[in-house]
Amino acid sequence: MLKFISAALLVAASVFGSANAQAPRTLDQVKSRGALNCGANPGLIGFGAPDAQGNWAGLDVEYCRAIAAAIFGDASKVKFIPLSANDRFKALLAGEVDVLIRNSTWTISNDTPPGLLFVGVNYYDGQAIMVRRKLGATSVMQLSGASICAQRGTTTELNLADYFRVNKLKYKLVSFDTGAETIKAYDAGRCDAFTTDASSLYAERLKLSAPDDHMVLLEIISKEPLGPLTRDNDSQWFKLVRWVHFAMLNAEELGVTKANVDQMLKSENPEIRRLLGIDGAFGEGLGLTKDWAYRIIKQVGNYGESFERTVGNRSVLKMMRGQNALWTNGGLQYAPPIR
Amino acid sequence: MTDATTEMAPYAFVRKETLEQQAAPLSVAGPLAWVRNNLFSGPLNTLLTLLCVYIVATSLPELIRFYFIDAVWTGANRDACLADKVGRPVGACWAYVADRLQYFIYGSYPISERWRVNIVFAMFALGVVWMLWTQAPKKKLGFFYFFVLMPISAYVLLLGGAGAERLVRNGMVLSLALAAIYVVLSFVPQLVGFYLGSANLAVVQEASPLKRFSGPKQLILFALVVFGALGVLASSIGLPRVDTGLWGGMTVTFLIAAVGIVFSLPFGILLALGRRSKLPIIQLISVIFIEFVRGVPLITVLFMANTMLPLFVPQEYSPDRLLRPLIGVAMFAAAYMAEVIRGGLQAMPKGQYEGAMSLGLGYWSMMRLIILPQALRIVIPGIVNTFIGLFKDTTLVTIVGIFDFLRTIEATLVDPTWATPTTRATGYAFAAVFYFLCCWGMSRYSISVEKRLAAGQKR
Repeated sequence: MLKFISAALLVAASVFGSANAQAPRTLDQVKSRGALNCGANPGLIGFGAPDAQGNWAGLDVEYCRAIAAAIFGDASKVKFIPLSANDRFKALLAGEVDVLIRNSTWTISNDTPPGLLFVGVNYYDGQAIMVRRKLGATSVMQLSGASICAQRGTTTELNLADYFRVNKLKYKLVSFDTGAETIKAYDAGRCDAFTTDASSLYAERLKLSAPDDHMVLLEIISKEPLGPLTRDNDSQWFKLVRWVHFAMLNAEELGVTKANVDQMLKSENPEIRRLLGIDGAFGEGLGLTKDWAYRIIKQVGNYGESFERTVGNRSVLKMMRGQNALWTNGGLQYAPPIR
Repeated sequence: MTDATTEMAPYAFVRKETLEQQAAPLSVAGPLAWVRNNLFSGPLNTLLTLLCVYIVATSLPELIRFYFIDAVWTGANRDACLADKVGRPVGACWAYVADRLQYFIYGSYPISERWRVNIVFAMFALGVVWMLWTQAPKKKLGFFYFFVLMPISAYVLLLGGAGAERLVRNGMVLSLALAAIYVVLSFVPQLVGFYLGSANLAVVQEASPLKRFSGPKQLILFALVVFGALGVLASSIGLPRVDTGLWGGMTVTFLIAAVGIVFSLPFGILLALGRRSKLPIIQLISVIFIEFVRGVPLITVLFMANTMLPLFVPQEYSPDRLLRPLIGVAMFAAAYMAEVIRGGLQAMPKGQYEGAMSLGLGYWSMMRLIILPQALRIVIPGIVNTFIGLFKDTTLVTIVGIFDFLRTIEATLVDPTWATPTTRATGYAFAAVFYFLCCWGMSRYSISVEKRLAAGQKR
């Protein structure tokens, strides 16, 4: 029933949403409102969650702040609207939020409904497996015959089945209705291994009674590219959101950081000069000012800084860059040049 | 028969002195008898008693050990609550609740502005005590405070910004104007007396508008004081706007419950009267509203309000994200309340209506003076039932992305700073205590009201 309602709503949303196609451009709306409405995760640590003081923090949250910095020169002009997985796309289509940065997985079924447009990938996630150290396993290939805890009814279960079938490994699935039950069962020794997305696996590990007795295996057994979405009726806005990410990547590649961005203004490197708007006026094509990238880096920082602060080494999660390293370091994060 | 005749009775078998008083037999009075009568009065009750004793004996020590003896009370992060870090078994992690208490109370409300929320809490507490404490003085003033001044002040303080300041200014101007009119009117008798001669003064004073205005004097003064205080706050410290997206925690839970409770009772009464009305249009509207609202779950109402409404209303005019569930909850509670009150109205004997009419009372006087006081008394349990249900239903606003009290607890559960095996149990135990205290308080108060009002009918 709920599925039916939500399907009906999605259809209605796309019908009415496209009726609004002639509505003023998103950028103008954001400017006249004086704040960016950003669809956020109600609570995923490292990506979007309120901290002890109730301030929003996370990788997705910093993306929103970067967009606000580019538009207003003030990263604080964001209104975070927490959305459940169920109504995130409807809220975007209905115009409740200007951009949805809520660890949504870029799959064909999420990409094809009318009205939605994936902007890019700000985090390459994937499913991983955690085991007890004393099991002595260092690779998934050694897990044949193991019992594995997973949450029931999620893609986690399906990915696990796919991967083990392809690699001709046997396993016993022990599934539970909620994530909390699943991790508890693993902690109690009901199964040998525990699986979920790598990004939350590290946070889940901390809930165990002795986190150091457990390790995450290196193999990533599924592809979960997470990225922001916009509506598909405003290509200027789409490009703006996309280039905010690219600017942060280019800044990291060129070694421009929050701390040294002011010295970099005097740099002789033409690429840096173009990035910071000293040569050329590339921001104007996006409806922004020349110094759009400078504003982002000055207030939020480059992608690497943002990553380390929210999910990486300087955060509690301590995740490795892995696939999210720059292409120059063997990762997948690659940005077109600013030229 | 008097003592004298007993004394003189010649029969030997008649006792002459009374027996020593003896204690009642053990099987009738005393703790043993109580135990026997109440706990072991039959095989079924004996079985149930033993079962209960068994359950309590097996679970209670465990719970006390977990929540009190092994509990951790102080600490800065998860290390304080990890068994292998502190070197003993760890129960509930109360240090986590203490650390996040501010967030549970205020949500994301800016820290520098939280004093505003505190004032609202204090005002709310004052209003509640004033309304509920039977011996409190000046009940009418309290009524005015609770239903007019407090909501306006809460709105101004919590939201702030230009709109709120305008509201304070208008409120001040309005109450000043009323005060001025009042002062002018109070001089009318003197002026009239001056022109007509003091002989007529008594007559004039009798007919003076002041007589009719003597009630509002206190109200106007009170309003002036409250608006004045708000005005001083706004102009000296300033009340910057705090977006409703930042509100959260207990603040929002109390807000939703208070709005629901305050709106549902008057609207419920009107709807109930409307449904029993003989005017077809009013009746039809009431019936449609009640049946429609009761026919859909609250979740659906909230869901529709948050996903469908923005599609039909231009973005600039779409109501605030917090206002939508507030309206939804108030409507919902009103429909249920209407049916509860209708039950009370139907329980009234026809004679009460006829008696009232034979006294010459009109419809509203009859309802206000005769029918409603009795009907409402009958349905107090039902009304409080609805209030308690409403209070618990406030947690449903979570699904439309509002951080109510329960949601703030859930939000902190994902935070690795306090990720320990017992954090979840502690957080939910804290929520349980909070909801239990609120609901239990409401239920105890309703019982005391029932007892007081039903004193004449005690069986």
